Amino acid sequence: MTDRHNLEKIAGRSFATKLLHFGTEIDEQTGASSTPIFQASTFHQADIMDPPHHDYSRSGNPTREALENYIALLEGGTRGFAFASGMAAISTTFMLLSAGDHVIVTEDVYGGTYRLLTAVLTRFNIETTFVDMTDFEQVQEALKPNTKAVFMETPSNPTLKITDISLVAGWAKEKGLLTMLDNTFMTPYHQRPFELGVDIVLHSATKFLSGHSDVLAGLAVTNDEALGRRLYQLQNGLGAVLSAHESWLLMRGMKTLQARMEHSERSARKLAEWLSNHPEVTQVYYPGLEDHPGREIHEKQSKGYGAVVSFDVGSGERAASLLSRVQLPLVAVSLGAVESILSYPAKMSHAAMPKEVRYQRGITDGLVRYSVGLEDIDDLIADLDSALKG
Amino acid sequence: MKIESHLAQIGSQKEPVTGAISFPVYQATAFRHPQLGQSTGFDYARTKSPTRSVLEEAAAQLESGDAGFACSSGMAALTTIFALFGQGDHLIVSLDLYGGTYRLLEKIMSRYGVKASYVDTNDLDGISELLQPNTKAIVIETPTNPLMMITDLERVSAWAKSKGLLTIVDNTLLTPFFQRPIELGADIVVHSATKYLGGHNDVLAGLIVTKGAELSQQMGFLHNSLGAVLGPQDSWLLMRGMKTLALRMERHQYNATAIANYLMEHEAIEDVYYPALPHHPGHEIQNKQSSGNTGIFSFRLKDARYVEPILRHIKLIAFAESLGGVESLMTYPAVQTHADIPLEIRQQIGVDDRLLRFSVGIEHADDLIADLEQALAAAKSEIQEA
Repeated sequence: MTDRHNLEKIAGRSFATKLLHFGTEIDEQTGASSTPIFQASTFHQADIMDPPHHDYSRSGNPTREALENYIALLEGGTRGFAFASGMAAISTTFMLLSAGDHVIVTEDVYGGTYRLLTAVLTRFNIETTFVDMTDFEQVQEALKPNTKAVFMETPSNPTLKITDISLVAGWAKEKGLLTMLDNTFMTPYHQRPFELGVDIVLHSATKFLSGHSDVLAGLAVTNDEALGRRLYQLQNGLGAVLSAHESWLLMRGMKTLQARMEHSERSARKLAEWLSNHPEVTQVYYPGLEDHPGREIHEKQSKGYGAVVSFDVGSGERAASLLSRVQLPLVAVSLGAVESILSYPAKMSHAAMPKEVRYQRGITDGLVRYSVGLEDIDDLIADLDSALKG
Repeated sequence: MKIESHLAQIGSQKEPVTGAISFPVYQATAFRHPQLGQSTGFDYARTKSPTRSVLEEAAAQLESGDAGFACSSGMAALTTIFALFGQGDHLIVSLDLYGGTYRLLEKIMSRYGVKASYVDTNDLDGISELLQPNTKAIVIETPTNPLMMITDLERVSAWAKSKGLLTIVDNTLLTPFFQRPIELGADIVVHSATKYLGGHNDVLAGLIVTKGAELSQQMGFLHNSLGAVLGPQDSWLLMRGMKTLALRMERHQYNATAIANYLMEHEAIEDVYYPALPHHPGHEIQNKQSSGNTGIFSFRLKDARYVEPILRHIKLIAFAESLGGVESLMTYPAVQTHADIPLEIRQQIGVDDRLLRFSVGIEHADDLIADLEQALAAAKSEIQEA
């Protein structure tokens, strides 16, 4: 083993350095400056009595493995798993549970996770209670004899509510529950849930980790060996794995994670401040704002506020007018890219949620979500200003 | 139009702007909405992606189904299909089954109250005996892997229909070029497209084709909700592979038949399991329902001591898992593909320590026979010396 692969040494590096020097960034055999794309489904077994490390790409692929080790390193976990989409990561992880099990889930969970829990996993007899995860009493009250897990998102999507991770994770550990956290909005650059007691960290890597609106991918990381073995069995058994090509593209995107997050977050803060003073805007949701509920908790557990700002323009008509007038952001689903993306949760990410449930969670017809990209912030504000005036 | 023409033309006239004959790889996850409430038909790549859509439409057409769904692996396709079922449901499944499917049913689906019974699916009495009020589907591999057992698809799917069951057929080994189960009455066809459809041992992929509007809609919902979808690059590579499917399958069949006949005559071989051989018990049914034979077969050695030296001495043929590629691969099912199936079931169906599976590639048959001949000879002399 060369010094380049000394994991202890690598783990001791600062985050920005780890993003570029994570152990497998240089191909051993040729010295190539990026991990090769192993576009192979199977591997020759020279010695039947001593099978090679990789035998079939669903079970393990060298390119995917480089990515899996990379995310484990960044999250401070021990084992990573790459999936075909964020939902594939989440559905595979929920398959740790069995029929008769109960899970406590944050009520403003991503619409796709909500759909999975309420329309697919119900048939497998997995029961869910949705709670306001920011209200610790509600979380505790949801506990049942068959509760097996707690699922958190913080900041949540799209109203950026803050859950006290170590409070919930500490309680869950006491009760013998598994804790899962969707860390998509923060990425390990801003927030490392293992340090706060979480067992499994999940990502829609389609978003900030990849960062270019060009890769559909999901990641799961754990810091527990037994859990790692069980997740591996499920990843291999269910087969929702990420391809070699997408694994390579994702690693390529991750190298610039810190540079992108720093820039976008700086812009998002400016945008949130500006929106707070705008007469057409009735409400702004951003953890960096002075009056954002849970701001102190967020600052305790995260190193930044992220690049997503949600705001309410008061009505569906005004939202429609805004969305048709903006020039710079892509009007689309998704977030976390180099280009700014403006989304309309009521009809996009949260369309699967019934209207009354949606309104209870603050996802009104006037709410829009702005994922701030790498454009110049003055240009983005000027564009938004003229669109809001219309 | 004949299937060869459909295959060669996959995606070729689908790109209106540039006219590119090879459909572009849309490496995009998000799609701009022209206006609120308006969509180009594409919103988010998990739900629908242009390159994947061209592949999915081609798969549906080739298999004579109504909708196609591309998944990240063959197992992801099966997982998505099995999510149709839930607590209390029962399935009747081919006894000689791919190890990964068996593992999925017994280690994972069983935890959600889905039960499976395993039987020779061509045995109508056997399957009728297993029928329960909560039976929802019959899952058939034909030919099976590795013992190449054949199920009469028309007869069994008619029986299933009369009992209100779905018929699900794994068509990996024959591909729509040789066999189209939906035309014979099946409701769902599944593929490990990693194998013959991809054909080059370079893409991991699965395909589902459904018949009927309601079933297609349900499958679309599960495909999107579970999210085990195929990426655009791999969708493109798979289509690229499928364009030569007809040529490859014909060559696979020609080589496999030549080598199976050679092995039948070899003194070290007890039997060869290949439906193209007249003595194979499924020979007639296979000829009735398929227009050709797959490129894999299994053979049993008289003496288990041959296995290890054969695998060590083969040179042109690689010892590796998987099948269906242009390169020849030899697999030892008992320790590789079928290791997850319990010993008693393996013995019942005949996956023992003398059985080898040969996925015959498109090299020249003479070279493959020469490679086998020297490996068998080397094994023989090692055993005699020992």
